[in-house]
Amino acid sequence: MKNIPVAAMLGLLFTGLYFLAAIFAPLLAPYGMAQIVGDVWEPSSSRHWLGTDSIGRDLLSRMIYGGRTTIFIATAATLLSFLTGSVLGLIAAVIGGWVDQFLSRFIDLIMSIPTLIFALVILSVMPVTIPILILVMGLLDSTRVYRLARAVAVDINVMDFVEAAKLRGEGRIWVIFREILPNALSPLIAEMGLRFIFAVLFVSTLSFLGLGVQPPQADWGGIVKENKDGIVYGIPAALIPAIAIATLAISVNLVADWVLNRTTSLKGGRG
Amino acid sequence: MHPVVILIAQRIALGVLLLFATSILIFVGTLILPGDVAQAILGQSATPQSLANLREEMGLNDPAWQRYFQWLRGVLQGDLGSSLSNQRDIATQIGARLGNTLFLAFWAALVAVPLAIFLGLLAVRYRDRWPDKLISGFTLASISLPEFFLGYVLIYFFAVKWRWFPSVSTIYDSMSFWQKLDAIVLPAAVLTLVILAHMMRMTRAAILNVMQSAYVETAELKGLTTFDVIRKHAFPNAIAPVVNVVMLNLAYLVVGVVVVEVVFVYPGMGQYLVDHVSKRDVPVVQACGLIFAAVYIGLNMIADIVSILANPRLRHPR
Amino acid sequence: MTEDTFLKVRDLKIGATAYPPGEPPKWIEIVHGVSLDLEKGKVLGLIGESGAGKSTIGLAAMGYGRGGVEISGGEVWINGRDILSGSPRELRRLRGSEVTYVSQSAAASFNPAKKIMEQVIEASVRHGKFSRSEAEKRAVSLFDKLGLPDPETIGERYPHQVSGGQLQRAMTAMALCPQPDLVVFDEPTTALDVTTQIDVLKAIKEAIADTGVAAIYITHDLAVVAQVADDIMVLRMGEKVEYGSTEQIINAPQEEYTRALVSVRSISHEEKPPTNEPLLSVQNVTARYRGTNFDVLHDVSVDVHPGQTLAVVGESGSGKSTLARVITGLLPPRDGMIEFSGRTLSPTLAGRTREDLRELQMIYQMADVAMNPRHTVGTIIGRPLEFYFGLKGAEKKKRVKELLDEIEMGDGFLDRYPAELSGGQKQRVCIARALAAKPKLIICDEVTSALDPLVADGILKLLLNLQKREDVAYLFITHDIATVRAIADSIAVMYQGRVQRYGAKSTVLSPPFDDYTDLLLSSVPEMKLGWLEEVIETRRMTSAGN
Repeated sequence: MKNIPVAAMLGLLFTGLYFLAAIFAPLLAPYGMAQIVGDVWEPSSSRHWLGTDSIGRDLLSRMIYGGRTTIFIATAATLLSFLTGSVLGLIAAVIGGWVDQFLSRFIDLIMSIPTLIFALVILSVMPVTIPILILVMGLLDSTRVYRLARAVAVDINVMDFVEAAKLRGEGRIWVIFREILPNALSPLIAEMGLRFIFAVLFVSTLSFLGLGVQPPQADWGGIVKENKDGIVYGIPAALIPAIAIATLAISVNLVADWVLNRTTSLKGGRG
Repeated sequence: MHPVVILIAQRIALGVLLLFATSILIFVGTLILPGDVAQAILGQSATPQSLANLREEMGLNDPAWQRYFQWLRGVLQGDLGSSLSNQRDIATQIGARLGNTLFLAFWAALVAVPLAIFLGLLAVRYRDRWPDKLISGFTLASISLPEFFLGYVLIYFFAVKWRWFPSVSTIYDSMSFWQKLDAIVLPAAVLTLVILAHMMRMTRAAILNVMQSAYVETAELKGLTTFDVIRKHAFPNAIAPVVNVVMLNLAYLVVGVVVVEVVFVYPGMGQYLVDHVSKRDVPVVQACGLIFAAVYIGLNMIADIVSILANPRLRHPR
Repeated sequence: MTEDTFLKVRDLKIGATAYPPGEPPKWIEIVHGVSLDLEKGKVLGLIGESGAGKSTIGLAAMGYGRGGVEISGGEVWINGRDILSGSPRELRRLRGSEVTYVSQSAAASFNPAKKIMEQVIEASVRHGKFSRSEAEKRAVSLFDKLGLPDPETIGERYPHQVSGGQLQRAMTAMALCPQPDLVVFDEPTTALDVTTQIDVLKAIKEAIADTGVAAIYITHDLAVVAQVADDIMVLRMGEKVEYGSTEQIINAPQEEYTRALVSVRSISHEEKPPTNEPLLSVQNVTARYRGTNFDVLHDVSVDVHPGQTLAVVGESGSGKSTLARVITGLLPPRDGMIEFSGRTLSPTLAGRTREDLRELQMIYQMADVAMNPRHTVGTIIGRPLEFYFGLKGAEKKKRVKELLDEIEMGDGFLDRYPAELSGGQKQRVCIARALAAKPKLIICDEVTSALDPLVADGILKLLLNLQKREDVAYLFITHDIATVRAIADSIAVMYQGRVQRYGAKSTVLSPPFDDYTDLLLSSVPEMKLGWLEEVIETRRMTSAGN
């Protein structure tokens, strides 16, 4: 852990800060989430560091609470997609046969519709609540995790050391958890970072389109939507949450890149 | 018959099958899930009697499969039904908007594809040197940015601060071609940026793969000039993966278009879809979803067919 | 140095920049100051194990560094010019015209999208040596000389439409077509089966003699290079070990290392007579892979006796590895049965008892993928102890240490990961893992073929010692007759899924032979001068591969 490159260090730092801010939002935010405290679109001042929003709420407070919502939804959706995707992927790879065929063809079918379009189709009939958002995002995104987990596990499954374990008489549990999983973990963890970013972007996009988190609840995509009209008057309030999304995404990306590099170099070793 | 013809026929058949399955999925997705179209139209305050009447009128009491085949028959005949919110014919409404969306996507692709291939080649040429690092840094930034962020940044600077382009890209039929082009400069730029990074990175990987192959080394050891090595040995083998990359990214463009149209209030398919999702106008959502999926499946199919055509092993079997 | 010396290498230093994770990049020297001379029309053999720098030196004769490798010092003179000080343009004029190259894998070195002829004549035409039609004529005559079938039309085919051995010859034609002064052959026969290798070797040798070209012949197999080279340079870890005439190197090696290379595979093993009761008896086994419609094994019957070694030899595609899969239960046979330790084994893996599995262990060809890279050596060897005997804690650790001693590695390796071991050490750990189960039979699938000759020798000696001590039987699958001679008690020769010849070692290896066994046995290069000519004279059947 000593030789963390600067980029990964910065990534870790910012990711950590964002998560801490999300957890301690009520303690950090100077005003309430929906509290109207000033005029419309006040510029930044000592009272309101980031100014106020389209109806006079403190933008910093909304950003902090919004981050909490966005990060919570993204984390929950990522965990859901990971759990479903990797469990199904590993099962398909190890069992093979018709189970694999059935799961893989079904996933192919779901992936033949662009994720955003599919989500919109479903959200057109479902009530838009946070649990539903998490469920829809998590399940749709689990298709990608499934593909990766299956591909990685299929590669490992045909390796001689797995065959050696099977010839020894080891059960499926040992083969999956002791032989395959430790070798599949690092690409999966790196992928987890990318999936998290995707979830952040996805939920923000939905909220921006007005189909995600519903007002007055704050979230980053929603804050952009609320303040987008200001842009035309030269008020950059809508850009602030967008910058937050971008920095969070870049930070997580840097960490994921580092995890991936670290593990690939470990694999290489001495040939 | 030549095996390539058979493979391509199989791939096309698969595409059609996939499209068919997709239509089922979209239909099932909108009708079996909780929530009811009749309820959605009439709202929470509707009386049970009026709900029942509406259900009867819309055929909602028929079994799902019957409704599906009715819908499918309509779709196949170009009849997409009529909108719940304003009772207008969906096909005619989509017609004009689809044209607008394709107009926007076409110009974005026209700029993005050559630029991405050029930059990808540049990254390969200066591999691990600063142009490559700059390009990969740009890629990292761009996959981390939401499309609407790029949109508003461009509006903020180019439309509001410097006033070079309009901030809202309204277009209508009576506009001249150049007026239309002027209106879509900003959204097309955003779309270009959105797919550029991915396309560049994938192009770089595809070309590097070819450049590191043993036959390119053989060509170098024949004393050919770099230009000849690329033209005669790398290029013929790189076409297929690059076309593949381009097609996959154009498919991605389909998704990017939705958000960008909303940002720029552009009268296209994406805007139309999003509007009607909030109105819970199911027939419109189904129709739009099917069209987006068809474009996406079609582009993926073209990518696969190009790979089949470009594979010398398949073209010249033993 | 004489008038005829046209290649002169002086104090050549080559290196590459390495990027170790988490550390600053550092310069690593691969070749440390090598000098050599080559006269017109002569062949110089460069020999060494992997990492000796032989290919790197060969490519340096073309002023080329592969994948980030850079020539950092010294001189390479060709026809009186130092090519290292020349411009890129001068280098281009040299490559493909004065010096050409034949790689190990012709299959990868041909552009899949272009016809063979186009690629063969490309350099000649580009450098203006011949007109297109002249070059084509020349190519056809080279195809003919190199023994390619249908020399008139083979050039119209695409690379994937001809076999590996043919492609290797086509690449030799490609190298000879522009009438170069020097051809660099980089392990041109290593990827081929033995019976194919001998034909390609002969074709190359005759082509060199006919065209009067000089050649650098790179290989790890001293017996091969002895057939074609006039001089030999032995390399080790980027340094010259010995440099002399082929005769001197083979018959009177001066250095310890050279002597070891010359005497490699000289292990002798006294053949034991078969017992009454075989340990493993494979009876009339026929097998095919799922989803295919042809049998890979036809009616195969062999026995392995307790404490003895049965060697199964054959070329790729002979079905020898399939036989191992059938015996282990990974591929249930279509017909026939397997008896082991006096009981009938279930055809499927799932149907076998833990005792069946324990007594029948397996060692693989590629040791680095046969061990879980995330497990330590201690875990790898300890798992069978725990699994079969329920050993835990200190008891298990003690036994692991004993096993490490048995494979001649200390207990310092307990906490190492496979990536930290050398190739030979990895294979030893795999042997220890098999031994840990106290098996009666170990199936060894090409266990030495991925290793350098000296390391392979060490592994074979270890296996023989272990057999003496533990009384374990081996079913030894290999394509290498020398290995078979070294360790077998009985031999089964396999060809196209059938047992071609089977019996005690002395019987199988003595005449009269059937045609295939004759071909196989005679194709194995011997460490003596003039062997190639002798064989070509006397053998009955040509290459089985094509």
